[in-house]
Amino acid sequence: MAQQIGYSKKVMEHFMNPKNVGTMDDADGHGKVGNPICGDLMEIFIKVKDDKIEDIRFQTFGCGSAIATSSMVSEMAKGMRLDEAMKITRNDVADELDGLPPVKMHCSNLAADALHEAIKDFKRKKGEIVEEEEKPAGHTCEHNHNHCDTC
Amino acid sequence: MERIFLDHASVTPVDARALRFAEPYLAGGYGNPSSLHSVGLEARRAIEDARTKVAALINAEKEKTILFTSGATEANNLAIKGAALRNVGKGKKVVSSAIEHMSVLNPMKDLQKNEFEFTTVPVDSSGIVDLEKLEDSATRETTVTSIMYANNEIGTIEPIREISEIVHEKGVYLHVDATAAAGRIPIDVQADGIDLLTLSSNDMYGPQGAGALYVKTGVRIQPVLPGGGQERGLRSGTENIFAIAGMGEAARIAREEMGTESARLSEMRNSLIEEILKIEETYLTGHPTKRLPHHASFRFSHIEGESILLIMDAQGIQVSTGSACSSKTLEPSHVLLAIGLKHEEAHGSMVMTLGRSNTVEQVPRVVDAVNEMVVKLRKISSLGKE
Repeated sequence: MAQQIGYSKKVMEHFMNPKNVGTMDDADGHGKVGNPICGDLMEIFIKVKDDKIEDIRFQTFGCGSAIATSSMVSEMAKGMRLDEAMKITRNDVADELDGLPPVKMHCSNLAADALHEAIKDFKRKKGEIVEEEEKPAGHTCEHNHNHCDTC
Repeated sequence: MERIFLDHASVTPVDARALRFAEPYLAGGYGNPSSLHSVGLEARRAIEDARTKVAALINAEKEKTILFTSGATEANNLAIKGAALRNVGKGKKVVSSAIEHMSVLNPMKDLQKNEFEFTTVPVDSSGIVDLEKLEDSATRETTVTSIMYANNEIGTIEPIREISEIVHEKGVYLHVDATAAAGRIPIDVQADGIDLLTLSSNDMYGPQGAGALYVKTGVRIQPVLPGGGQERGLRSGTENIFAIAGMGEAARIAREEMGTESARLSEMRNSLIEEILKIEETYLTGHPTKRLPHHASFRFSHIEGESILLIMDAQGIQVSTGSACSSKTLEPSHVLLAIGLKHEEAHGSMVMTLGRSNTVEQVPRVVDAVNEMVVKLRKISSLGKE
């Protein structure tokens, strides 16, 4: 298949055959980032055992790279310790996919954020105090106005 | 796997007959049409032949009303800026519909930066121009109103004759971008009351690099490319003879075959629409009946257009979308927003435009692929699960 709109082979593999698609009724942690107005909304569900991500599922509305990054982050995080998984960055996900087109690096690469939100949700449920991450400037799409400034 | 190309609104492949006709002008050592010697004369004849054929396609009153340009973008710029600047004595107001192509909207915005007043006329949910608002927009100071013959993204055909009557009451020039419509439905500039009309070679199976602007006899515009005075002084620059000759032949073929070809494609289009609308939460965009014969456009809830395009392409079927993720500006299509769709709805659009390579036998495979694509993406999607 042609490498459409500059996607790597790996992006297309994950897009065409995404891993860990689905929801979890009994998730220990749930993270949701993005905004359908902007064209991307990702949800990640995790099951935690002994501080490790035992199982993970995702649901994503969005473009090719939104789906591919969701699939990739789910594969990366599966079996990982929570503190390690918190360290996965957007760039790590993009690197694992052999890169993303520059225009997709912002709003279609939210999967790591969704994972972090799911882990924080798990910790909050356990009663832990969760520090808010500093978000890189100009990366958020959480707004209600008519268009995205950055995505 | 046989490729099924359903994106003829982006480009039409050059018709083999048009290519054969024009090829000698690319390879054969032709002259400069401005030269007075015999080689130059041959080139001149090729251009005049193309002018006759293009004039016939739109029933222009005279051949010399046709000016050749480099394409539709240049023709739109010439029509709008040329008419606005030439007639600035009348006033500095210009008007277009909200769903025009960027090559109409951006010259309008350029004028706006130079103290022209630019009004956009809204459309209804099917894409038809609001005629009352159009009437309000036409004043004694308005010089040019630009309304497309039919829209490339939603296929809606505008009521050009009514529009013409409305704007002409105030002495406004009517410019019509017929890029999407030409060669698909009959256009008669005289009966329709059109002052300026844009045509594109590569949207009617001609080569890239040529377009045309019809300028009705007596309509006054000025050039945007002044120079050596080609094309009656309104479009200078040595003519692209190959592309112009090819465009002429493509116009001849389109005129001859339009009746049968449009009937064939509309039959295929109708079955595509009928079958695809059976999918839950799927909607037609654009007008149900006043639409181009080769045009089927949809939106699907809960899924996104770039993903739609990629999955269809993996099935060997090329479509297009007005989703933000596939645009250069990362904004959803202004056309889909103008017909009242929310951003999240506009993201899920899919456009199929049929052409000469398509056959009705392809319908079942296309319909199956669309069904599979929707099921697959909705299963992945975080929307629509409640």
